[in-house]
Amino acid sequence: MTVTTILLIAIYAAFTVAALITLWRIVVGPSILDRAVASDVLLTEVICVLGADMAIGHHTRTLPVLLIIAAVGIFGSIAIARFVARKDVTK
Amino acid sequence: MTDVDIAALLDGAALVLILLGALLCVTAAIGLVRFRDVPSRLHAATKPQVLGVILICGAIALSLRSWAVVAFLVPIVLIQLAASPLAAQMVGRQAYRNRTMNRDDLAVDELADAEIETSRPETGADPG
Repeated sequence: MTVTTILLIAIYAAFTVAALITLWRIVVGPSILDRAVASDVLLTEVICVLGADMAIGHHTRTLPVLLIIAAVGIFGSIAIARFVARKDVTK
Repeated sequence: MTDVDIAALLDGAALVLILLGALLCVTAAIGLVRFRDVPSRLHAATKPQVLGVILICGAIALSLRSWAVVAFLVPIVLIQLAASPLAAQMVGRQAYRNRTMNRDDLAVDELADAEIETSRPETGADPG
C-alpha cells in the first residue's frame, strides 16, 4: 500500500464524511437559514470534489463547471435570505 | 533530479493540498452540526468556501501544470472570494431580523439602532 493510495483513501473518506454531515444538517434544519447555510457548504464541497477529481485524474473537463458553480451558487442563499426567510419569523 | 521525480513530487503535493481542502470541508460540516445558531454556523461555513477552494485550485494548478488552467482558476477563486462574504452577510442579516439568534449573546449589537428605525419590516423599502 503506497503513500498515494493512503492519501487517496483519506481524501475520499474526508469528502464523504463532510457531505453526509452537511446533508444531515440540511435535513434537520431547524430554520430555513440553517438549511441555506448548509446547502451553501454542500455546493462548496461539490466544487472541491470536482476540482479534486480533475487534479487526481489529470483532466480539465469539469473546469467550466467549476467556474459556473462558483458564479451562480451565490444566488441560492441570497434568494432564500431575501425572499423566503422573512416569512419564517419564529417569535 | 529528473523530470519524472519532479512530476511525482508535484502530484504528491497536489494530493496533500486536496487532503487539506477535504479536511476543511469536514471541519465546516462539524461546525454546522455543533454550533447553536445561524451566525456561528456561518462562521464555520465560510472556511471551506474561501480557503478550501483556494487549496483545491492550487492542487489543480500543481497537478495540471499549465498556464491556461491557472488563468481559468484565478477567476474561480476571485468570484468565490467576492461571493461568499456577500451571501454570508445577507443570511446573517436575515437571521438577526428573524430573531433566530439570541441577541443577548452579542458583545456589540450594531444593528439595534437600525432595527428601531425599520421596526415594520413588511411595509416599505428596507435597507440591505
